[in-house]
Amino acid sequence: MRKHLLEVDDLTPDDVDTLFATAAEMHDVQRRAVKKLPALRGRTVINLFFEDSTRTRSSFEIAGKWLSADTINITGKGSSASKGESLRDTVLTIAAMGVDALVVRHGASGAARRISEWVDASVINAGDGTHEHPTQALLDAYTLTRRLGELGDRHVVLVGDLTHSRVFRSNVRLLRMLGARVTVVAPPTLMPSGVDAWSARDGFATSWDLDAVLPTADAVMMLRVQRERMTGGFFPTAREYTVGYGLTRDRLALLGDTVPVLHPGPMNRGLEIAADAADAAQSLVLDQVSAGVAVRMSVLYHLLAGETA
Amino acid sequence: MSSSDRGAPTELDEHGRAVMDARDVSRALSRIAHEILERNRGATDLVLLGLPTRGVPLARRIAQRIEAVEGAPVATGSLDVTLYRDDLRRQPTRGVHHTEVPPGGVDGKVVVLVDDVLFSGRTVRAALDALADLGRPAAVRLAVLVDRGHRELPIRADHVGKNLPSALAERVGCRLEETDGRDEVLIG
Repeated sequence: MRKHLLEVDDLTPDDVDTLFATAAEMHDVQRRAVKKLPALRGRTVINLFFEDSTRTRSSFEIAGKWLSADTINITGKGSSASKGESLRDTVLTIAAMGVDALVVRHGASGAARRISEWVDASVINAGDGTHEHPTQALLDAYTLTRRLGELGDRHVVLVGDLTHSRVFRSNVRLLRMLGARVTVVAPPTLMPSGVDAWSARDGFATSWDLDAVLPTADAVMMLRVQRERMTGGFFPTAREYTVGYGLTRDRLALLGDTVPVLHPGPMNRGLEIAADAADAAQSLVLDQVSAGVAVRMSVLYHLLAGETA
Repeated sequence: MSSSDRGAPTELDEHGRAVMDARDVSRALSRIAHEILERNRGATDLVLLGLPTRGVPLARRIAQRIEAVEGAPVATGSLDVTLYRDDLRRQPTRGVHHTEVPPGGVDGKVVVLVDDVLFSGRTVRAALDALADLGRPAAVRLAVLVDRGHRELPIRADHVGKNLPSALAERVGCRLEETDGRDEVLIG
């Protein structure tokens, strides 16, 4: 495994196998009375979050703590970044304290890679702009694998705001690496420009018609529609988005009651996903959250536990 | 072979000398099963935990022998020590093996740790730490197929299949039907 995890392409299929096998063992630790493993004792992990996040940040924090690493959170708001310090100075200052890993979320695509060029520590990308969010893709695929078994030839449908979604980019890459068939569905205004060339290269399908795609789905991933996009003219009204692309009660019926439904959160209930779907037995939303801790433990372990190069 | 080389003893294929064959291994395991029963005065509250990889099938075999004598099933599982090793930082990151705690847990039980070769004692040290995170057994004992000496920690086995004097530079390897296709212990 490489020193950093900046995007899905940093991983080989073998790496993913190893990460999932370790994650399965870490998952069992969550059910123990003593949720503590000594593997990262004496290592320091800094969560450097320049964008809001609850689940990703707390998930990384818990993952680090359960592995006995010292974990510290630094958020953009209230940090020296808000006093005008440059990103490079902020990062170098933190790195100078002697940290082993930086978990970075930043609004600019490529921020994590840039930071990895400045510091000796391992850098884990926890979301950079509209680029990638590799640990989210890993936990989604891990959750799906636990439910469906091997993903080879399984048909996974991703629905939502693809233009602005880093979760979508990482997920498509990883699902394709694992051999799944992928169809992405979005209204034309939220389909990324140049998606045709990209889908031809990576081998996934695109569609504007959710109802036509759902009957062949083995799993459905709903992506969050950011309410702030409402004013961007991407769709006329929330109601109209729901009618065309929301996972409504009617579409849930179309799907059948065994096809798993995923959502990376936070959910807009009633917009992209109806309460009936979010709370259905086939919804894996909370499984994703608990898998998130296990997968991040696995990532931290594999990046940090061994000898340092 | 260092105590941390827990993989197949493939390097021994050409040079290794067999010190236990399949019948020796079988007899040793039968004796260990009886010793455990005698020491524990029966199979009550007994939990056998194999240390991956080869301790796991050994624990299962000992359990089968105990069951054959006592007529009741014995709780068996596996305990991976990778995350508790003291040499994690000295090598590339290792994958972890499966830990399987029997449904009854380990609290108040007599836990017998089972491994193939006892050498430096560092694996057993890690296993004791791992076990402490799982609960509080009434007692912990150690059964090994081979004790080759050269301890680096104050650890000894309660049940030993064969004491095998060895030079520090020598390699001792164990093969088992379940993992390697046949039973034997090699030195070379």
